[in-house]
Amino acid sequence: MTTVTEAPPLAPAPPEPEPPRRRGRWTPYLLLLPGLLWLLVFFALPVVYQASTSVQTGSLEEGYQVTWHVATYWEALSEYWPQFVRSVLYAASATVLCLLLGYPLAYLIAFRAGRWRNLIMILVIAPFFTSFLIRTLAWKTILADGGPVVGALDALHVLDVTAWLGWTAGDRVLATPLAVVCGLTYNFLPFMILPLYTSLERIDPRLHEAANDLYARPSTTFRKVTFPLSMPGVVSGTLLTFIPATGDYVNADLLGSTDTRMVGNVIQSQFLRVLDYPTAAALSFILMAAILIMVTLYIRKSGTEDLV
Amino acid sequence: MTTTNDTTASANGGDVRLTGIGKTYGSFTAVHPLDLTVPQGSFFALLGASGCGKTTTLRMIAGLEEPTSGTVHLGDQDVTALPPYKRPVNTVFQSYALFPHLDIFENVAFGLRRRGIKSVKKQVEEMLELVQLGEQARKKPHQLSGGQQQRVAVARALINHPKVLLLDEPLGALDLKLRRQMQLELKRIQTEVGITFVHVTHDQEEAMTMADTVAVMNAGRVEQLGSPADLYENPRTTFVANFLGTSNFIEAEVDTGSGDDVVLKAGGGRLVLPGARNRATATAGARILVGVRPEKISLTHADDADGIPEGRNRITGRITGAGFIGVSTQFVVDSPVCSDFEVYVQNIDRDPRLVPGAEVVLHWNPAHTFGLDANQSLLAGTVGSAGVATVEEEVAR
Repeated sequence: MTTVTEAPPLAPAPPEPEPPRRRGRWTPYLLLLPGLLWLLVFFALPVVYQASTSVQTGSLEEGYQVTWHVATYWEALSEYWPQFVRSVLYAASATVLCLLLGYPLAYLIAFRAGRWRNLIMILVIAPFFTSFLIRTLAWKTILADGGPVVGALDALHVLDVTAWLGWTAGDRVLATPLAVVCGLTYNFLPFMILPLYTSLERIDPRLHEAANDLYARPSTTFRKVTFPLSMPGVVSGTLLTFIPATGDYVNADLLGSTDTRMVGNVIQSQFLRVLDYPTAAALSFILMAAILIMVTLYIRKSGTEDLV
Repeated sequence: MTTTNDTTASANGGDVRLTGIGKTYGSFTAVHPLDLTVPQGSFFALLGASGCGKTTTLRMIAGLEEPTSGTVHLGDQDVTALPPYKRPVNTVFQSYALFPHLDIFENVAFGLRRRGIKSVKKQVEEMLELVQLGEQARKKPHQLSGGQQQRVAVARALINHPKVLLLDEPLGALDLKLRRQMQLELKRIQTEVGITFVHVTHDQEEAMTMADTVAVMNAGRVEQLGSPADLYENPRTTFVANFLGTSNFIEAEVDTGSGDDVVLKAGGGRLVLPGARNRATATAGARILVGVRPEKISLTHADDADGIPEGRNRITGRITGAGFIGVSTQFVVDSPVCSDFEVYVQNIDRDPRLVPGAEVVLHWNPAHTFGLDANQSLLAGTVGSAGVATVEEEVAR
């Protein structure tokens, strides 16, 4: 059931068409077949099923019928718009944080790491060897009330500032927006670093030399050459972070409180606790549409089509 | 050998002066400390096989490589400690290194903009005209052909009016025909703008056609420096003799070394070498490598040997190979003093008897002979299967 929320239409892009070859005309299509079948069964059919669910009415006892009750969408949106806004805000904050943390690291790995490159890459990927849930639960311990992290932040009066901003409450970090954003940032950081590294690593170091030779000091070289050339990585990294972060509900569930519920939490509880399937399905579609629109605008704006 | 220049006649302000400049990587010496002066406005070539240190030398002038020792002066200014972006020097890179995200116009304007020049349009357009790319201004580099990209790279560097333009094998990626064309083009541009060009290449023909002065580098040292004609006619080492064109060598023993001419014995024959063109010691009994270029030699069938004028150096032999290449025929002759003597004969009046197997007399004007120290490899600097093959052949000797 939850496949819909976890798989917005952009993430599982269909396999790239095979390079054209004259011989064996059917081979490319045959190679495509397993992937297409997979997408059909586990993506296309569920989407259709959810679409029909979202326009049904009825109750669990009497069963649901398709009545084309489109108003569910409006009702869901008007009731849960704060959670939508919050999801986007949290995901955007986490994405920005990931970019700020990930870019220097990716740059280091690509240009400065030398023989340490592989080791650092392994360290970036290493968290994947542990379950997503366990990693998030670990953050619960890290940010625990009265723990060393919170204690240090308190002593440095950082918590006063974050509390004033509304990111934390009192002397707690757990169960606040800050904790959720920290969890999101941590969990999605590798998805930012890997594409950034790939696109930085592809930059010919001679371009840096050329820029240097043409009177660009290192900071200007970064602004005018390195960063523009890494835009494909920035775009794919932010998408890979932002899209799943928007639909995420684990971080808000484990690190947040009822005040930090994201739209993923709402969908989850509508499906599994309230058992109001039409509302849950409608929310899923609204989320999908919202992400699609935002992503399209973003790609248009960043204008990286011919760089990728 | 640390070669000192002999071209410092003009004490001009834009000379490039390298003093004791050297570069080592760990235990490997890429460039042995060398002194070099490139006079302002000249077209200077650093010529050598790959790995000889020519590119490293160039990069030290650009500031992209930090010298282990020595200093770089541009005119009176010591630029050794300056980063590349503060040096009035621009480079045309081997693979052009054009900025792929900028169009041609912005690539060319890059240097001007970095120096805070606002109105670049006119200058850029003029520069694009100079390299005949006015139409392509709004294209991206990957939309241009190799030759066009090459010209963008030149324009991008030249627009800054550097004191010195450094060219790192700029024509290496082009096919032969285009390369010829670009050689002439670069020479034209250099004459037009009058900027000092330092050109790194492994192609001896390219160096000779374009440069006023050529420095031949080998294993991190300058072997010889001079005008192309001088290097060709008076090579100082077998490396230079072989790297620039082809040379035939005969190992000979000095008979009499007094007077203007050195008389030598080789394989029972007698050869004469002008003393002025001898680089080796000419005491009686000493061994000398006698060199002669293939195109200086005439080939006469043994039956007509009587008709050869007196006073010419002569060698007898048998033709083992003949390659007809249109303007000339390249013969390989087996002689007692040298097993594969190369001879290029212009195809003016072809003697039909000159075929493989024919007995012939090789003869040339003694003035075209040069003498080298016998204490060096005959095969140093042979192009083609150089390097490894050379070593193996030497071992087999």
